[in-house]
Amino acid sequence: MKYNFTVSPDFPPERIASWYIFNTWLQKKLDIAVHLELHNNFKELQASIDNDAVDIIYTNPFEAAGLVRDKGFMPVATPQGISDEAVIVVAADSDVDKVEDLKPGVKVALTDDQDVNMISMMMLEPAELNKDNIELSNQDNYVLVAKQLMNKKADVGFFYKAAYDELSGMIKSQLKPLVTSEISVIKHMFLVSPRFKEHHAALQEALVTMSDDDKGKQIVTDLGFEAWDKQTQEETEFMIDLMDTLK
Amino acid sequence: MADMKKQDIVGDFKEYTLSLYDGSEKTVYVTEVETPFPEGKLIVSRTDTSGVITHCNDAFVFMSGYQEDELIGQPHSILRHPDIPKAAFKDAWDTINNKQKWNGYIKNLRKDGGFYWTFATIIPNIRNGEIVGYASVRRKPAMNKVEQAKALYQKMLAEEP
Repeated sequence: MKYNFTVSPDFPPERIASWYIFNTWLQKKLDIAVHLELHNNFKELQASIDNDAVDIIYTNPFEAAGLVRDKGFMPVATPQGISDEAVIVVAADSDVDKVEDLKPGVKVALTDDQDVNMISMMMLEPAELNKDNIELSNQDNYVLVAKQLMNKKADVGFFYKAAYDELSGMIKSQLKPLVTSEISVIKHMFLVSPRFKEHHAALQEALVTMSDDDKGKQIVTDLGFEAWDKQTQEETEFMIDLMDTLK
Repeated sequence: MADMKKQDIVGDFKEYTLSLYDGSEKTVYVTEVETPFPEGKLIVSRTDTSGVITHCNDAFVFMSGYQEDELIGQPHSILRHPDIPKAAFKDAWDTINNKQKWNGYIKNLRKDGGFYWTFATIIPNIRNGEIVGYASVRRKPAMNKVEQAKALYQKMLAEEP
């Protein structure tokens, strides 16, 4: 039996090869066949989920909510010491210096990364901005969000902090972060489908011990992490509850 | 719940007696010192079904002025400020006990007698159809909304029996 593995499309493009190397490690470690399918955007990912074509997924809590509560996915692990944060950004030469300077009608460039969008919308609340009084401009990725700001086609951009941090110095020099979230408790996670249940314990053990040997440690490091922590069902349910408070 | 201690209070204060949801009373000391809500942070806490704090994050500890071990095991009403009318808390409890999400603007009382305004959301943690506790998330409010809430709460307090 061959299983399908995917990763939510919010990681930097430079990490694509690292995820394929991770998948090779995974197959050897669990002695099973796993096909890695990477999607260009969240719409494609959702279609794959809707078609029950995902058995293993590394994704954000927004996607995890539907997978856990509607499709019975089980949590496995989270990256150690890394949380999902968002950054509200304007052009470097913008007159706006704080969120409260933003006025209704601003044009916001964003991706379809819903947990980032939710956290970002929360950070706009002190300016009394909400989805009904701003204009949204959907982009395929964070580089395009940055370009919208640099080309004055948008006033504000929503960024996944990890993605913003990986933008080139040239791009970042033309941007100005207004506020960065410090939530700390919202994290990406590995989940597996009920179809993968018999391998759940083995995968969890493999991940939490992955950085114990040099080869595993190198693969984790190349993905941008230090190690994996075990993630329980209750920890996941609570994280989903927290996401619900932001809706 | 224990009364506040005068030696913890920073600045001039007024004394109030709070009537709590469980029928008990508590003496609190209140100053006019406001602590601004930190940018980008969320105050997160979790209680059992009785409203006793079982978990709180660093932002909660920082903003409350208490140490974490002074908060765990205490009722969430340790933060209750006398400027918030009883009816607001009753509405919150009625809503979450009905398995619904509650939102509102809340003025919280710090250990040092000061205060901070938040936009609070409370949701019941439902597992297998049963409420096993509550999660509260508080974030930076819009100041215009806080002004509206102040006016409303003053009116409600004036009408309290």
